[in-house]
Amino acid sequence: MENLLINHYEVAAVILFGIGFLNLLLQNNLVKKVIGFGIMDNAVYLFLASQGYIEGRLAPILVGETARAADYINPIPAGLVLTGIVVSVSVTAFSLALIQRLYQKYKTVNFDEIVLLARQKGDE
Amino acid sequence: MRLTLELILPILLIVCALAVTFSKRLLVSVVIFTSFSLVMSVIWVLLESPDLAITEAAVGAGVSGLLLVYTLKKIHALKGTSDE
Amino acid sequence: MNKMARIKKEKKTSWQRFCAWVNGDAQEKSLLPAEPPKFKKKKAEKSKKQKVQPAKKEWMGLSRFDHIYRVCAVLIGVVIVTVLMITVLKLPLFGSPSNPVVNEVVERYVEDGLKETGAVNMVAGMILDYRAFDTFGESSVLFLAVTCVTMLLMRDRNNIDKNEDLLTAREHIVEEHEEDIILTQIAKLVIPCVLVYGIYVVLNGHLSPGGGFSGGTIMGSALILFAVSFGMIRINKFFNYGTFRKITSSALMVYAASKAYSFFTGANHLESHIPLGTPGAILSSGLILILDICVGIVVACTMYGFYALFTKGEL
Repeated sequence: MENLLINHYEVAAVILFGIGFLNLLLQNNLVKKVIGFGIMDNAVYLFLASQGYIEGRLAPILVGETARAADYINPIPAGLVLTGIVVSVSVTAFSLALIQRLYQKYKTVNFDEIVLLARQKGDE
Repeated sequence: MRLTLELILPILLIVCALAVTFSKRLLVSVVIFTSFSLVMSVIWVLLESPDLAITEAAVGAGVSGLLLVYTLKKIHALKGTSDE
Repeated sequence: MNKMARIKKEKKTSWQRFCAWVNGDAQEKSLLPAEPPKFKKKKAEKSKKQKVQPAKKEWMGLSRFDHIYRVCAVLIGVVIVTVLMITVLKLPLFGSPSNPVVNEVVERYVEDGLKETGAVNMVAGMILDYRAFDTFGESSVLFLAVTCVTMLLMRDRNNIDKNEDLLTAREHIVEEHEEDIILTQIAKLVIPCVLVYGIYVVLNGHLSPGGGFSGGTIMGSALILFAVSFGMIRINKFFNYGTFRKITSSALMVYAASKAYSFFTGANHLESHIPLGTPGAILSSGLILILDICVGIVVACTMYGFYALFTKGEL
């Protein structure tokens, strides 16, 4: 149990992942689904970045001629997350564009109504 | 000081996420989501990765919030605008 | 969601008050004694009812599936969170230097990175030198995203809505005749600072926190601020679809060419014959500076492109 208190960033990341996942599945509004997806993204990044942190060490911006590995934190998760943030903003922009087109067609952003309308159009 | 911040900020993140989930107006949830990103960038300063902090403050709190607000305008979900 | 609402209605807890506070309902009701636009609201309700009523019948088929779906979704979410929580229980402790994550790769990156890449900022050195191909894919993802958004939102003969066109025409007129003095004056002050800061972050990417992505986003937000405050007509004079296409694709081509050059010389990270220079100077670290500038330009154009397509549907 003390592990959970020490690993509080990871615990927060897991809870945020759950909230984002349920948002993605249960919300009817498509914009809120996208926001839930963003929360899930951020949870994964938080988990990764907290894995790279080492107590009492500095950010990997090297000082001096010779660098010692014992002075700096792990730079790999930071690089991975940097890639992820940019990809997530592209995904957000793409899904928002899709939502705008759906609104133009069906005049609503409610997922269930869109499904119903699409069925009605398919019947005709 | 640092320990309290380290405990408060994740709790703030979770509160922000819950508030996004249960808010009824879309504009409110978008604004809370951008503040979520802002808290995230502070956490990244605490986790000693300033690169991520700058990127998140510019991308998460800036551009993606802007895109969300403009989407709300396009789907006529903004209250108080002329084309509601 | 319906279930949630019912539960919340049954017991008035602080949680409900919190929700009301978040939604701004509580304050509005206490501040505004009567609702002035009453007739308007009734009308809205009526139209809503008419809209929902025929849908309700069709709901019968959906509702059972809907119920099962909701229960299953909550179950899956709870299971995932529990499994992940158990995993977190068994993870190594946060921040300890003996974690298995801290292995010989990190040692190699930190100790030999300065010699091999010439970059003081190890994260930039890693993503633009050891893993430059990864970053090239990332820039391509951005380019692909803006291409898809262009396909979806560009106003052409397949994507015309008369009401939207009327609205945009009205906004154009408003834009031309009404200039917000506060916005334009402040923008004149702020835009150069933001642009210079963005360029600084891009050029200093290998020396200090930042780099192509963050600096590019900052430059893009300066462009967006210009477009917001002075209107699309003014910005189209120096930045239109042709320049956007040329700048973005040439930046990506330069990136690809420099990466191909590294393949030509052995595909062992960006090893080149360009001198690395003294670490700490702006003109150092070989190809990283060029790649940073390329990525910055692509990202700045992409961010502005997103804005332009989301607002007006044209670049």
